[in-house]
Amino acid sequence: MCGIVGLFLKNKALESKLGALFEPMLIEMTQRGPDSTGFAIYRDPVPAGTVKLVLQHPALDYDWSHAAAALTEAFRTDVDHRRIHTHCLFTLTAPEAGVRRFLHEALPEIAVVSAGRHIEIYKEVGLPREVAERFALRSMQGSHLIGHTRMATESAVTTAGSHPFSTGSDLCLVHNGSLSNHNRLRRKLARLGAVFHTENDTEVAAQFFDVQLRQGATLEQALRRALTELDGFYTFTIGTSDGFAVLRDPIACKPAVLAETADWVAMASEYRAIARLPGVEHARLWEPEPATVYVWGGAGKQGAVLGSGPLARAG
Amino acid sequence: MNAEQTFDLKIHTVRELNQALHDAAGSAGGRYRIVNAMGDHALAVGIDAPLEVEIHGHVGYYCAGMNKHARVTVHGNAATGLAENIMSGSVRVKGNASQSAAATGRGGLVVIEGDASARCGISMKGVDIVVHGSVGHLSAFMAQKGRLVVCGDAGAALGDSIYEAEIYVRGKIADLGADCEEQELDAEHRSALAALLREAGVDLDAGEFRRYGSARRLYHFHVDHADAY
Repeated sequence: MCGIVGLFLKNKALESKLGALFEPMLIEMTQRGPDSTGFAIYRDPVPAGTVKLVLQHPALDYDWSHAAAALTEAFRTDVDHRRIHTHCLFTLTAPEAGVRRFLHEALPEIAVVSAGRHIEIYKEVGLPREVAERFALRSMQGSHLIGHTRMATESAVTTAGSHPFSTGSDLCLVHNGSLSNHNRLRRKLARLGAVFHTENDTEVAAQFFDVQLRQGATLEQALRRALTELDGFYTFTIGTSDGFAVLRDPIACKPAVLAETADWVAMASEYRAIARLPGVEHARLWEPEPATVYVWGGAGKQGAVLGSGPLARAG
Repeated sequence: MNAEQTFDLKIHTVRELNQALHDAAGSAGGRYRIVNAMGDHALAVGIDAPLEVEIHGHVGYYCAGMNKHARVTVHGNAATGLAENIMSGSVRVKGNASQSAAATGRGGLVVIEGDASARCGISMKGVDIVVHGSVGHLSAFMAQKGRLVVCGDAGAALGDSIYEAEIYVRGKIADLGADCEEQELDAEHRSALAALLREAGVDLDAGEFRRYGSARRLYHFHVDHADAY
């Protein structure tokens, strides 16, 4: 089943309340996904050349200062780090790919949950209410949040199998559905250099988008290719540095509803998740069409002005 | 008829509402007003009495499912499975309906004043469905009996594997499904359609619609295939 929620603020005055507006949306989707919960928040952008990484280790008393010291020595730069439950937010001036490679080789027990200049992903096994509490979601401020409540089907209930999946710098993917050709696609992507950490079908989709984008596709092009390459059921929501994108498969079994006001754009698996947002009674409400790419924001361009409606074209 | 009862879903639970509606089973009637529907699932499901039910707000999954005799109106949009397996009475939605509206419906009337999305009337078995707007793909899939009337356009694979249901469409059709074909709209069909349009509150001429039904090539034994056995 699974639940997806997304909230993008057009009115900057609401940014201080982003977490408070979003937390009830996530909790409302508990019935759709009680196994694990995660969210990607876009906030506090760091300057070009600097990277934010959210790292994860299951031990609550893991010695993150050791990891920080190793990064300082390897990249000869100051490293900020802040523990948030089982996760730790690192900021350093170093190339993202190099940091990823170093962590993979030197500290393989650590998982890289997200990397970029805006994005921070936090995810854990547990009910939405519990996970939101652990990471203090309610007090978070930022421009947009994408969240997911998982009812596991294709792989184990673990933190690594939780959504959102990081899919390249500042991008994340959440998925409601199941992919039927993920094993074949995993082997194909592995030959193209993708490194997999789980048996999860959504990780395959995330790597698919990552490979497309690294090969020079725009987000919209990558989403269009997904329509021909990915077999199965899906409603995807992809977070970008300044917006988000939504895609449903051509059969469109998995639900989705979009709502937009002058202040915000919201996406959810069900209307009840957005029913308490301020001004929802005057929102434009609609169900996204099957096999149609919806994109808000400039898909990676900094400071792009949000359009008045979706950039929707038939797939 | 009883005085109108109001259920505020910010105060009452869905269980309390549905219990009150079920307790009215077999009664001569009653009026119910439901406010602050916030996308809750299974509102007004399983009614078995000629009640008047007005729901204000958007409703979640399976609203007015299995309805018998009651007249249910939703002043908002409806999520998946509106009026699923409706037996009789009527269900009217002022906004749009999501997928599988009136699925497996056996009787009664379902009116959607906006659009309906995919699989509208899937496996319908006698219900009449009138959509003022358009319907999504695979509508009337394996439809067995009843009428689906679409005043706007229809999505892909309309009437795929249809049995004896009738489909009327006024606008464009993306494509017809397997074994669904255009059929003659004679004077009898036209006058029955005109009556249905009036009942559904649609002010359109029945002559503007085209009629579709089963070519009966899929589910009838064909003598040419005798050698295959």
